[in-house]
Amino acid sequence: MISANLAAIFYLVSGILFILALRGLSSPDTSRQGNYFGIAGMIIAIVVTFLSIGNFSTSLVYVIIFLTIGGAIGAYIAYKIPMTAMPELVAGFHSLVGLAAVFVAIAAFLNPAAFNLGNVGDIKLASLIEMSIGAAVGAITFSGSIIAFLKLRGIMSGAPITFSGQHILNLILGVSIFVLIFYLCKNQSTNIFWTVITISFLVGILLIIPIGGADMPVVISMLNSYSGWAAAGIGFTLENTALIITGALVGSSGAILSYIMCKAMNRSFVSVILGGFGAENSTDNKKESKDQKPVKSGNAEDAAFLMKNASSVIIVPGYGMAVAQAQHALREMVDKLKKNDIKVTYAIHPVAGRMPGHMNVLLAEANVPYDEVFELEDINNDFANSDVAFVIGANDVTNPVAKTDPKSPIFGMPVLDVEKCKSVLFVKRSLSPGYAGIDNELFYKDNTLMLFADAKKMTEDIVKNLD
Amino acid sequence: MEIDPFIFRLSIFILSIFVGYYVVWSVTPSLHTPLMSVTNAISSVIIVGAIIAALAGTSESIFNTSSIFGFIAIILAAINIFGGFLVTHRMLQMYKKKKDKKK
Repeated sequence: MISANLAAIFYLVSGILFILALRGLSSPDTSRQGNYFGIAGMIIAIVVTFLSIGNFSTSLVYVIIFLTIGGAIGAYIAYKIPMTAMPELVAGFHSLVGLAAVFVAIAAFLNPAAFNLGNVGDIKLASLIEMSIGAAVGAITFSGSIIAFLKLRGIMSGAPITFSGQHILNLILGVSIFVLIFYLCKNQSTNIFWTVITISFLVGILLIIPIGGADMPVVISMLNSYSGWAAAGIGFTLENTALIITGALVGSSGAILSYIMCKAMNRSFVSVILGGFGAENSTDNKKESKDQKPVKSGNAEDAAFLMKNASSVIIVPGYGMAVAQAQHALREMVDKLKKNDIKVTYAIHPVAGRMPGHMNVLLAEANVPYDEVFELEDINNDFANSDVAFVIGANDVTNPVAKTDPKSPIFGMPVLDVEKCKSVLFVKRSLSPGYAGIDNELFYKDNTLMLFADAKKMTEDIVKNLD
Repeated sequence: MEIDPFIFRLSIFILSIFVGYYVVWSVTPSLHTPLMSVTNAISSVIIVGAIIAALAGTSESIFNTSSIFGFIAIILAAINIFGGFLVTHRMLQMYKKKKDKKK
């Protein structure tokens, strides 16, 4: 058994190791080392917890058993999960952190003596506030992440679900959580504690259902942030430095990612949270323009011909590539192009895909070297000097309307200047509008050749034609 | 008058938010997905609370309502810890530079 002071110092060490874990991610070279720092921090925290409790009865055996069961499940998932399923995996993991926070808060509420927080019915006021906030945020994280998971997995439709009075209902529920916590502090009633948790579960569901599929990068980042704040709340309850530091890190990390994602869509955080985007303005806009303008469409042979005669090609991947699992075929195509001394780079919009960095992971999986992959601001000027832009599975992020039409819902959103290329190859299944529900002007430009097919199938056909 | 220990914890919390702010801005955008999975893993350090709760049972009653919640939380957090770090590791292994694979 070690003293509480010594334990606190070890918790601080593990907190610092977690900071270093995030720091490592500033470049792919240092990132692997960073991950080991994180693992070391976790091991220290767990071992110190065992030592500081010093209870080596049969309970410990059970703890180890449960730890192993959970660990085995986690390891199995980590090895089996395909990279394309990363967004739903992360959403699923968030839900677990949230639920774990709720359970720890419940355990502390039922047995406060074990945590040095007082006795049942007489819990220290500060601890009570901290644990109810931790439990409430944890519950919101849990149910919100479950909804996000179901939407990403396709079990639930990605379309926004809205009803009248939704925001007022959320507001009332949100306020009632605070009111109930206030009363909980006064009478320490178990029923109120359970009610707070139940309402929080409900809020989590209501918060995420009105948010549509392509806003998922924001949602995932936001839930990431919530899971951090929940952990911090519990950290205050347990007076545990490692947990407080980690909660603050994760909370701010998620908040920054949400900010980056919102900025990349030129939308305010509030408007994303209120949801409903792309639900109402989709119908009238697409009909009028659909049959009026001529579209040039081609086949794999044309595309192969164009690219063979180019000297530089920029690839613009999007969510469609992930859906079609086209990244490996794409890599094959690029390899063939490179053999013909064609310069190939990749351009990634920050909100391409369903979570921050989604495209980068898929390309990395297909063995694309990361120094060929560029972010929007680093590559946008290159389109004007390139011969072919190959748009695969992206749509709204290439729409020039964002720069020209102030009435468009996506006006002001930073977009890739794909249309400046000499020619544009656009792989898409149909002319249907993208998530924003607006027509893409790019389809009708003279230098655009539409390739109507499944992204993977088309890419494979192009590969054949490149021989 | 003595300072409430809560204030010290609050100071740690607020300073950590600042550390997090600067550290996360320096994360390269191409690693944003691993960032999310690793933050997931480290926030599961909440397992320490679960362990305390689980070990609070006496030798006569290892499983009481409170410790059962602790045990379940251990499973949930352990899934996250192992899953989070391992999937991050798997992802980071895939990020390679150009020269690594040529020849």
